[in-house]
Amino acid sequence: MAETTHPSGTGAHGAPGGDDGTSRRDFLYLATGAVGAVGVAAAAWPFIDSMNPAADTLALASIEVDLAPVAEGQSITVTWRGKPVFVRHRTAKEIDEAKKVNLSELRDPAPDDKRVQKPEWLILVGVCTHLGCVPLGQKPTDPRGDYDGWFCPCHGSHYDTAGRIRKGPAPANLVVPQYAFLSDNRIRLG
Amino acid sequence: MAQAHASNFKNPVVKWIDSRLPIFTMLHHEYNEYPMPKNVNYLWAFGAIAGIMLVIMIATGLVLAMQYAANTAIAFDSVERIMRDVNYGWLLRYVHANGASFFFIAVYLHMFRGLYYGSYKAPREILWIIGVVIFLLMMATAFMGYVLPWGQMSFWGATVITNLFSAFPIVGDPIVTWLWGGFSVDNPTLNRFFALHFLLPFVILGVVILHTAALHICGSNNPLGIDPKGPQDTVPFNPYITVKDLFAVVVFLIVYAIFVFFMPNYMGHPDNYIPANPLVTPAHIVPEWYFLPFYAILRAIPDKLGGVLAMFGAIAVLVVLPWLDTSKVRSCKFRPIYRQFFWVLALDALVLGYAGAMPAEGHWLLIARIGTAYYFFHFLILLPVLGKLERPSPMPASISEPVLKGGGRVAAGAHAKPMEKA
Repeated sequence: MAETTHPSGTGAHGAPGGDDGTSRRDFLYLATGAVGAVGVAAAAWPFIDSMNPAADTLALASIEVDLAPVAEGQSITVTWRGKPVFVRHRTAKEIDEAKKVNLSELRDPAPDDKRVQKPEWLILVGVCTHLGCVPLGQKPTDPRGDYDGWFCPCHGSHYDTAGRIRKGPAPANLVVPQYAFLSDNRIRLG
Repeated sequence: MAQAHASNFKNPVVKWIDSRLPIFTMLHHEYNEYPMPKNVNYLWAFGAIAGIMLVIMIATGLVLAMQYAANTAIAFDSVERIMRDVNYGWLLRYVHANGASFFFIAVYLHMFRGLYYGSYKAPREILWIIGVVIFLLMMATAFMGYVLPWGQMSFWGATVITNLFSAFPIVGDPIVTWLWGGFSVDNPTLNRFFALHFLLPFVILGVVILHTAALHICGSNNPLGIDPKGPQDTVPFNPYITVKDLFAVVVFLIVYAIFVFFMPNYMGHPDNYIPANPLVTPAHIVPEWYFLPFYAILRAIPDKLGGVLAMFGAIAVLVVLPWLDTSKVRSCKFRPIYRQFFWVLALDALVLGYAGAMPAEGHWLLIARIGTAYYFFHFLILLPVLGKLERPSPMPASISEPVLKGGGRVAAGAHAKPMEKA
């Protein structure tokens, strides 16, 4: 067998074949292939990761918002990370509506006090969790849906006064962004 | 030893090149003497028409790219500059924008031709699957091209479509951020969409060459769906089919020109002449018409992930179609029952398209749901079962027979072998 002329014959060129038909050459072949695959994957990563948010995009990721001019019942929209953020100064009635809801009837159950830091200030990313439209309800003339919060015109999702999904195709509540109160009238988003 | 290709060309220069690189032999073989079934009808011209549309799109796209600026601050204005200031810019842009629609018209007719005459069946499965790949690449290219003018529909279309990927659990959100290159559709998104919109047409061109190569291995199907039995059933591609295809191309281009010159914005959406505004969503977001049936399927399912999966599934069933259709008979001409369901499917696609353009509520939502149910019923249940139950009508013994015997289908029936494997 040592004189085999088969081109891929194991044991050719002095590589002794093992009892189970494997050889040092088979091992080297697989090991080379494995190292090559790891190398290709490592080389591909910079290409893939270059498409993730760049440092300058990340650097713009936090802003400060002055709440003082927003009277009770009013809302403002600020741009944060390219997205609208809803800031609503809730009325006592709106807070009451949000608190009275029976959690078991919610699609994405969350109590009102988990969604606000101060009950009168509701801060939400104004992007519908369905397919990313901006819901209506910020202007006094906008439709606010069946639950007095926001209504998404694209596919008909209704949100309540805590930004929770109540009706329509959206799977989750409006997202509460990371924010902190710097003083009574000032917050930092991000 | 090195051996040159034995070339038959008389011209010494052609012969010299051809014996070293037999490109002339190859072209002669594939586009001059390539045998075409002699009974192909005008529906067989839509492949050539789609090819011409690809060339038109690449040519106009190249010169438009020399004027366009892929930056959110100036993209919209650069398109308006093309329309107003660039020499013939209005013409090139309208040819390109309407060209996308006419490319899809040609490809959809090409696909329905394949569905009706069973062109996806053995041995043309790979040919068909490559075609579905071209269709997917076209959809990606068209979608990214529509984003470039950076109008309201561009921006919100991009937002809705990229958000489809957020439906997938765990990996969804990182994928969307990666697609955007930020936290929303923004300048990095526009930049990469432009780069990909430039690249993908050339990828399509490469896959089209594979599509043609696969076609020329099996040969073209024909309206009877039976294989040519010999040279008496075929004609050489040139001049018979080149002339027939050219005539069809000219008629198609006339219709296309009517749109370009007299109603260039008919298939567009007026909201896309409003510059993109990330804080205001248009009241009614609709994709371009060629995506509407799939958009209707997306919205028909009340669950987000389910809708996304159904939409991708609508294309996935086309990939496995050669194995879903269990009938050995290719052409609908000889499938009396399936022929009727084919037209139901064609009507279903139109109804879904119309429902996709309407608001997703009330009876339109119900219609979209019925349409979606039929679409999947047709491919997943009807086709496998009908192939086993249906009794095909008698088929002629050859392509020439019904013509030469002069008796059409009646005479053909007398000589037919009913269950001949086509």
